[in-house]
Amino acid sequence: MDGVKSIPSPAISADERSHEVDHPSSQVAHFGAEQPLRLDCGVDLTPFQIAYQTYGELNADRSNAVLICHALTGDQHVANVHPVTGKPGWWETLVGPGRPIDPKNYFIICSNVIGGCMGSTGPASINPATGKVWGLEFPVITIPDMVRAQAMLIDRLGIDTLFAVVGGSMGGMQVLQWTAAYPSRVFSALAIACATRHSAQNIAFHELGRQAVMADPDWHGGGYADQGIHPHRGLAVARMAAHITYLSDAALHRKFGRRMQDRELPTFSFDADFQVESYLRYQGSSFVERFDANAYLYLTRAMDYFDIAADHGGVLAKAFADIKTRFCVVSFTSDWLFPTSESRALVHALNASSARVSFAEIETDRGHDAFLLDVPEFFDISRAFLQSAGKARGLKDG
Amino acid sequence: MSVQEVLPLGGLATGSSGQFRADHLLVADMVKPGSKVLDVGCGEGDLLQLLETRGIDGRGIELSREGVNRCVAKGLAVVQGDADTDLVNYPDDAFDYVILSQTLQATRQPRVVLENLLRIGRRAIVSFPNFGFWKMRLQLLIGGHMPRTENLPATWYDTANIHFCTIKDFVQLCDEINVKMERAVALDLYGRPVPLNLPWWVWNMFGEQGVFLLSRGGGK
Repeated sequence: MDGVKSIPSPAISADERSHEVDHPSSQVAHFGAEQPLRLDCGVDLTPFQIAYQTYGELNADRSNAVLICHALTGDQHVANVHPVTGKPGWWETLVGPGRPIDPKNYFIICSNVIGGCMGSTGPASINPATGKVWGLEFPVITIPDMVRAQAMLIDRLGIDTLFAVVGGSMGGMQVLQWTAAYPSRVFSALAIACATRHSAQNIAFHELGRQAVMADPDWHGGGYADQGIHPHRGLAVARMAAHITYLSDAALHRKFGRRMQDRELPTFSFDADFQVESYLRYQGSSFVERFDANAYLYLTRAMDYFDIAADHGGVLAKAFADIKTRFCVVSFTSDWLFPTSESRALVHALNASSARVSFAEIETDRGHDAFLLDVPEFFDISRAFLQSAGKARGLKDG
Repeated sequence: MSVQEVLPLGGLATGSSGQFRADHLLVADMVKPGSKVLDVGCGEGDLLQLLETRGIDGRGIELSREGVNRCVAKGLAVVQGDADTDLVNYPDDAFDYVILSQTLQATRQPRVVLENLLRIGRRAIVSFPNFGFWKMRLQLLIGGHMPRTENLPATWYDTANIHFCTIKDFVQLCDEINVKMERAVALDLYGRPVPLNLPWWVWNMFGEQGVFLLSRGGGK
């Protein structure tokens, strides 16, 4: 890779910042001063880097590349053991040998988004101009910025047209942005549990999470890295609140009910008496080990700003005018964060553009999280959609 | 326009190949190769699959979630939607043909649906059960109860079919809304076309279903 620039060593205590931010255990594409990333806020970000994983082989005519876009708290480790948590890849249900997106058939790429904290440039990275962590000096980024950066990575990899762009939630927003911004570079798009804009309710939940982070005294106005600390408590609360929105009443009831945690009777205290409390606390505390608080602020903000129609004169269908991309849109019945009505609005716009679109709503009580879980009907649909697109693309075994 | 004027036609597929339904084969034969088709109420996608084998770019709308998901799992471009409410989202002239197979009688506003079909598509292919079929008439006349047949087994209180019509009624509607009938076929109970050289009232009596290829009429 050209444009390599050495990154100054961090000016803060190393054990408080993840090693992965500066030196990810992934491949890294560096973009130097000659290739700035032009951001929606008007700033040229340079230099910057993108950390990414690939699986499988690019075929001779470079027609089998699949880009996976990760969700808010995901990263590039879609189908390998996570270097920080040691857990399996976050989408191994969908991506991997024998799965609908099989490295045997496809060259699979997944990159950490700009603004993230797993090796792509973001608020936790070092600002080369100051030698210090960016913090809130980092420019505010948008979903289109993330996609623009991904397009530069795809260029770097020598790929013109992606066979498929696939993602759920914030990843699904990136899929839709890809098709709106680069329609001719996306042969097929699988957009799952997402929307063409972030709803007022979702912005409200994000604001709650950000306020939780900012209310933590350890946040220090975003400058915690200089102090060698991290607002763990605020970020954990943000994660706990967000996690509730990923589930459903029915799923919580089925999983936990009112059952007690390691006890028979209430303790008449504020301990985690209930299993659901204990579960949420665990979700909060495990999250802060792998995620940067400022990155959480930036990425939630990027989702809030997302509104494809607004970028096209308020008419969603204009974003997809004359598009040749094959779409598959999937929603889940119990997802109240990105409800089916959002997917239906997208499908109507695609119909109005005469796009080739499949749309399936899958019955499950597992809420928004369903897209990451073992839902066989979802896998069948994803597999069939990609196989049918592969046939149209002339891929073998696709 | 009289019924007699629009019925004479020829060169249609007969029988069934075993894999595909006779009325589907008949509909597929009305579609020119290489065209773009929307199948409204596509069920589990059998007709779309047949069209695909003939190199036709087919899309579908289906009301039931199970039907949609089975179609999508076959790799078909099908979306969940309702003929009564969702056709308005499609632009004019988006398709060469819009097919409404055995669904017209289940819509709330058949006339509006029919008008939409011919707005979205340059041509429409509509098939529906003929309520003028002799078995229907007999059950009402002699039995004194709402008709039920092999193909329409539901009772009056749980049927989804709320707007039955006869072939004659349908022809009248087409005339009213200035729709041109390019081809028309009546199929008997076994899916065979009723012989062409018979008078129109025979069709209305012995056709178990009608299949019509429609286009926009001139004038008006």
